[in-house]
Amino acid sequence: MTTMSTTGAPLLEARGIQKHFGHVVALASANFELAPDEVHAIVGDNGAGKSTLIKIVSGVYHADGGELLLDGKPITISNPREARQLGIETVYQDLALADHLDAAANLFLGREEYLPGLLGRLGFLDRKTMRRRAEEEMRRLKIGIKSVDQAVVNLSGGQRQAVAVARAIAWGRRIVIMDEPTAALGVRESSMVLELIKEVRSHGLSIIMISHNLPEVFAVADRITVLRLGRTIRTLRTSETTLEAVVGMMTGAVGVAA
Amino acid sequence: MREELDATAAAAAPRPGRSQRAALVLSRSWLFVFLILLVGFFWLSTPSGTFLTRSNLTQIGLSTSEVVLLAIGETFVIVTAGIDLSIGGILFLAGVCGGEVMLHVSGTSTQVIAGQYPHAALGITLGVIVCVLTGAVCGLGNGIAITKLRLPPFIVTLGTLGITFGLGEVIDGGSYLPAPVPTGLSQGFGAGKFLGLFYPIWVALAFLLVAHIVFTYARFGRYTRAVGSNAEGTRRAGIAVDRHIIKVYTLAGLLAGVAAVVDLAIYTNTTAISHRGDNLNAISAVVLGGTSLFGGVGSILMSAVGAFVPTVLQNGLVIKNVQPFWQEVVVGATIIFAVYLDQLRRRRTESG
Repeated sequence: MTTMSTTGAPLLEARGIQKHFGHVVALASANFELAPDEVHAIVGDNGAGKSTLIKIVSGVYHADGGELLLDGKPITISNPREARQLGIETVYQDLALADHLDAAANLFLGREEYLPGLLGRLGFLDRKTMRRRAEEEMRRLKIGIKSVDQAVVNLSGGQRQAVAVARAIAWGRRIVIMDEPTAALGVRESSMVLELIKEVRSHGLSIIMISHNLPEVFAVADRITVLRLGRTIRTLRTSETTLEAVVGMMTGAVGVAA
Repeated sequence: MREELDATAAAAAPRPGRSQRAALVLSRSWLFVFLILLVGFFWLSTPSGTFLTRSNLTQIGLSTSEVVLLAIGETFVIVTAGIDLSIGGILFLAGVCGGEVMLHVSGTSTQVIAGQYPHAALGITLGVIVCVLTGAVCGLGNGIAITKLRLPPFIVTLGTLGITFGLGEVIDGGSYLPAPVPTGLSQGFGAGKFLGLFYPIWVALAFLLVAHIVFTYARFGRYTRAVGSNAEGTRRAGIAVDRHIIKVYTLAGLLAGVAAVVDLAIYTNTTAISHRGDNLNAISAVVLGGTSLFGGVGSILMSAVGAFVPTVLQNGLVIKNVQPFWQEVVVGATIIFAVYLDQLRRRRTESG
């Protein structure tokens, strides 16, 4: 894995993010910096606060403290729609695909193209254009599905994941967040999705990825941020650390907050 | 790399199994086979010149038109993975309200009881509007209760069924409207024909065509399927899911209101007992047409084909001089069989 240049201003920065659920402190002080064109993994044991952190970035939760900066400017994201307007797309662990719709319809779900003129204003869809653009997108990302007008329920787990990722990439202008992108997949399908993640970075997007699977993290991530008990322990360059060191930090056997 | 990914994808793609495809073909065609068998049975078992005649078939078409109108709205509802058990009641209440307005506006009570309707045109116009509005308002209520109060559709619409039947009976005193609706509606529209088909059949066909086009080609249909496939995912895609669900139930209510107009036009009067079977008829039409109770998939046109099962049964049994109550028994049994087929198909798809 080559190391990317991560100098210069971070694209997204989280500073001292806090989040409580009643008495439970999910995040005590989470910090991380996402560089442009970077795959950044967030790892940690169960309950470390990974999901909470990315849900704050994707607009599902509101932080109780700390700040988010995009391009160095403080931002607030109060719902997923606002996140999308800022160019941040999320691939949820459960994919959020409409199973009985085809891949093209899922790609354009909520952002449909309409026919020109009166018919379009009456809500008639331009299925041809959407289909063509979905095919282009699949080709660009090198996703091999036989046909974009097949209901996604008939696709394999990896292909479904690919459709969800393609949707995020197609609309994400800056950041794509992926929550456990390979959790439900077999070995071959996982490698297909990992290829896709590498492919995405080469299209000029940054990726925040949550994963339990450290070998996969080491295979695709440029940097790794380790969370433990709601705090950022350290951010490491993948090329300069080892799996054992990361596991040590996750479990608290090695290292204290930097 | 391209080839490699393609190969991975191809290897991972499930080939539609033969049993799965068989189940699909079966689920689409068994309805036609069943209908043909039904028609054949009645044709052979009734005296010739009674069942398979042009006038009897148009009669069947006439009663089917009402079921089709109900089934269109029910299809949209069921595709969202919901259910509307109230459309029979809404049809009845809308008919009572619209009918009362029609009579009150058309003339004084002595006049209408004597069969005179001096202001029939205005009465019919207002009555039709009241029918449709009553239906739409009831449907809107269903939609709001389901989305805003977060209640299961099955309970909300069952409650509405009770409310609408009860209110209708309260208004008409548990009996009929005081007089038949103006002849302009019953003779002119209900019994009137264009190109050999009764007007209500044309109305049902028009709604059917528009609903099919909207379901297949427009945003409304696509969102309906998306909501039924994955409501949470659709919400995360930025679609106003609650608002869409409210629209769908309102549509079902509105169409029940249109069916009420057709009902008044055909039968000239209305009473609760005659609408007892409407829900069963409409829901079985949808389910027999292959629309899945699990949501996400369905067909408006197939629901219209399914609508012939209850009406052909009703008609045939009457001609055979069998107690027509058997119709409910057969329709009830058929709907259970159809849902079983749906389950079977779903299990095959999931394990395939």
